[in-house]
Amino acid sequence: MTTLTLRDLVKDFGRTRVVDGIGLDVAAGEFIVLVGPSGCGKSTTLRMIAGLEEVTAGTIAIGGRVINDLEPKDRDIAMVFQNYAIYPHLTVRQNIGFGLYTQRLARAEKARRIEEAAAILGMGEFLERKPAALSGGQRQRVAIGRAMVRNPRVFLFDEPLSNLDAQLRTQMRIEIKKLHARLASTIVYVTHDQVEAMTLADRIVIMKEGRIQQVGSPAEVYHAPANSFVATFIGAPAMNLLPGTAAGGWVRLATGSEIAVATGAGGPVLLGIRPEDLRPAAAGGAALAGRVTVAEPLGPGTLLHVDLGGAEVIATGPGRGAPAPGATVGLAFDPAALHLFDAATGAAIR
Amino acid sequence: MTAASEALLRADAAGRRRAGLGAALRWLLLFAGGLAMVAPLAYMLATSLKYPFEVFNLNLVPEEPTLDNYREVLLDRRFGWWFFNSFLVASLTTVSNLFWDALVGYTLAKFRFRFRQVVFVAVLSTLMIPTEMLVIPWYLMSQQFGWLNSYWGIMFPGLMTAFGVFLMRQFFQTVPDDFLEAARIDGLNEFLIWWRVAMPLVRPALAALAIFVFLGNWTAFIWPLIVTNDQTMYTLPVGLTTFSVEQSVQWEMIMTGAAVSVLPTLVVFLVFQRFIIRGVVMAGLKG
Repeated sequence: MTTLTLRDLVKDFGRTRVVDGIGLDVAAGEFIVLVGPSGCGKSTTLRMIAGLEEVTAGTIAIGGRVINDLEPKDRDIAMVFQNYAIYPHLTVRQNIGFGLYTQRLARAEKARRIEEAAAILGMGEFLERKPAALSGGQRQRVAIGRAMVRNPRVFLFDEPLSNLDAQLRTQMRIEIKKLHARLASTIVYVTHDQVEAMTLADRIVIMKEGRIQQVGSPAEVYHAPANSFVATFIGAPAMNLLPGTAAGGWVRLATGSEIAVATGAGGPVLLGIRPEDLRPAAAGGAALAGRVTVAEPLGPGTLLHVDLGGAEVIATGPGRGAPAPGATVGLAFDPAALHLFDAATGAAIR
Repeated sequence: MTAASEALLRADAAGRRRAGLGAALRWLLLFAGGLAMVAPLAYMLATSLKYPFEVFNLNLVPEEPTLDNYREVLLDRRFGWWFFNSFLVASLTTVSNLFWDALVGYTLAKFRFRFRQVVFVAVLSTLMIPTEMLVIPWYLMSQQFGWLNSYWGIMFPGLMTAFGVFLMRQFFQTVPDDFLEAARIDGLNEFLIWWRVAMPLVRPALAALAIFVFLGNWTAFIWPLIVTNDQTMYTLPVGLTTFSVEQSVQWEMIMTGAAVSVLPTLVVFLVFQRFIIRGVVMAGLKG
């Protein structure tokens, strides 16, 4: 277990700035997830930590020691890749043991570590198999095993589950979480899947265009997003954002409705409310009302796309008896569930 | 049955007839091509089993079959030398090509450095120069370095080939970088990454290259003929020409020598042909 510190980290590819001065302190044993849309710089950041990309500016320190100029092998890290990167010509045993290739360990110690890792990952009976005879999930376990045997100070995961089908992804997600609880190692995990980020992370780092937008626990980034990008990126379906103008504790929406808010801010704003906080109610007397355009039954609930007359929002109706498309509904919400963002900068207004 | 469905059936039958005719034509052409390829081999084999008086009869089954030619060729000590020389030259050249072509091909495929493309084009451009143009400079060089009549002299022009570099580069480009980066993190140096990780992943290409190079050197004629004049240094194709002298040509002996010399190449080809086909196809598709 060790700390990882990024200070003013910059990466340029030619004239393009991919990572733009990010700073992050990862505590020992912490599970940090970097999440963001494609091209936000999360994988590049991970590759800089691994030593696979040169740092343009800034520093990376592991356990307090700056490692910018160290070769990947000297950083005491292990990385699990998106497409597993397990060698098709080697058996599971040889693949897991590959991480120990350059470590001067007794043969018995190497065998012990390989078998221990394989046992933890439930791969003990497949040690003599070649990767071609394994399923996607098993291959990913082998890749994790290869990282584990080295007892690295920091584990790096680069979208390790994105090649798996939905069911296997859920299963592996739980296994990775259990593994972290068991090893208590420092983990930096990159994904573009916000569900993976929410379920795995101690803290989530949300990135956009090479910059960190917010760092916080899953609950923090979900319930108190720092800006409108985080608000819409975290959560599925995305948070509804309605443009309006704030004045004297009220927001007058572009649709004409007026909604009371607990802030004295004034000027153009975006009013945010998550779909699960917006529920169908009787049309009369509701602050928001409109016509249902699409209903998406999900089983426990129904997603209702409601046209407010110029703006569309998603609300959550009951699993049974939800309003049908064409119906006019009012929308009720708890005022405490409202979020306000500056319309120009997107920053949250508290 | 309606008139429309009858018309459809008629059109279908006509289509089948046309397809059948096309297939027959294709098979006929392929058969003719196959025959053209096999005929010289069959004639070579037949002639090797004939007495001199029967050589110019084009029959494929000798009237009086004999193994005397084989006995004579195999008991000729020179033939043993030539066979050994060819085997040594072809084997060492193959090993050298596998190593160097793969090393350069990997470097060109996987490392980013200035003028990488220029180097690649320069290597490729050497493919445009015919051997006949190179033979004189090679000879002068061999003479000045004292390489005439030596194994090194026979081998040096072919120890690394532009074709091999091109083939290997194409294959290494298909190896995902993640494999190499994983090995880099695991602590392997660049040479070991190439040797332990990248090379096993391009085995089909290596097998194909091995066959191309081995066959090319086994059958090489012009350069070994020029660089050697001591009969003990001849390779098989050059040695076989000694059966042809001014007064007479011992066709039955030439054919017997050729038949024996074809055997190793046939074995190599039959064992590795699937690699050749896969190698050629992949080099074409995944570039």
